[in-house]
Amino acid sequence: MSGLGSGWGTAALIIAIAILAHEPWRWLGLYVGRDLDIDGVLFRWVRAVATAMVAGLVMRLLVFPAGALAGVPMALRLAAFAAGIAVFYAARRNLAAGVAGGAAVLIAGGYIV
Amino acid sequence: MPDINGRGSGFATDARAFRAGLAAALSIPGFILLASAAGFGALARDAGLSVGNANVMMAALFALPAQVVMVDQLARGGSLIGAILAVSLIGVRLLPMTVVLAPFLGGRHAGRWSKLVAVHAIAITAWIEGFRRLPAVAEERRMAHFLGIGTGLIAASLAGTTIGYGLAGAVPPALSAALLFLTPIYFILSLLQTANRNGDLLAIVIGALLGPLAFHFAPGFDLLLTGLIGGTAAFLVADRLSPEARLADPPSARPDGPGGVT
Repeated sequence: MSGLGSGWGTAALIIAIAILAHEPWRWLGLYVGRDLDIDGVLFRWVRAVATAMVAGLVMRLLVFPAGALAGVPMALRLAAFAAGIAVFYAARRNLAAGVAGGAAVLIAGGYIV
Repeated sequence: MPDINGRGSGFATDARAFRAGLAAALSIPGFILLASAAGFGALARDAGLSVGNANVMMAALFALPAQVVMVDQLARGGSLIGAILAVSLIGVRLLPMTVVLAPFLGGRHAGRWSKLVAVHAIAITAWIEGFRRLPAVAEERRMAHFLGIGTGLIAASLAGTTIGYGLAGAVPPALSAALLFLTPIYFILSLLQTANRNGDLLAIVIGALLGPLAFHFAPGFDLLLTGLIGGTAAFLVADRLSPEARLADPPSARPDGPGGVT
């Protein structure tokens, strides 16, 4: 498949794979979930599965990062992450404050380390 | 905060609900998605994709992990079957997310086609925003509100892809490291903000501990394993610890189980 970076052929291929291999999961989720009781056991379990999955992805992005973030020492990444969470709670669960606080520690730490 | 049957956002018309969703998407989540889409744009350029097809991929898959896998397959000249399998496997995680959001997509007030369009926006960001906002919206306005969120997020991600493609290599490493850091910190804080039961918090902690381990031992299956094992463990423990369960059956009756995590 090399050399297919541009052109309509590649666009068609991308769209075909998306519709055949990727989008059906969303349709299936809609079908399974549409009449689910949100206080029921099944819903609470699936919700826990989805939540654990996202939390796992978060740590993967942090512990095994891609690109420029990999150049930042692990200790600094984890410290900035912890700082973001601390600022979030200190600012009464304010999302913007937590995100900005964590990023600020990462950038400031980069100059110190 | 999810507050079912809520008080809260009573939008007078669908148009207002849509615009409010659009505005919500184009604030913090849109900015963070723009930054991570910029990372994808740079990656796509690096792999030899045209800017048009980078955007086609962004719009068609609208889930960064699947896009990264597909770019990787294209760049390495992997087989078509390999690409389909990899994309399909990584897309499984959309299933539980959509299941969780589906009951909030308007019920009988929304048509089948609008639901099929709406779920295309479901990736982690839209899931988090939908999960956080929809319960407080009146049921008949939820579809319009979510379509607004989805439109805003997709627009932000296409803009990000194009910007990242254009700027690839021109951004100083310290800044691009900080931009890459925005995604995990935003995801975790959103999860924490949305968590309103002990089970949610437990699922976050167990999932966070399990994620890197699963990636180390079973890359490719890691998210699935983390979700199934960590989520199930959190669900079972939280169910045991809930007041109703305690009345019926003291937790000391079953001291085993995967509870000793903290």
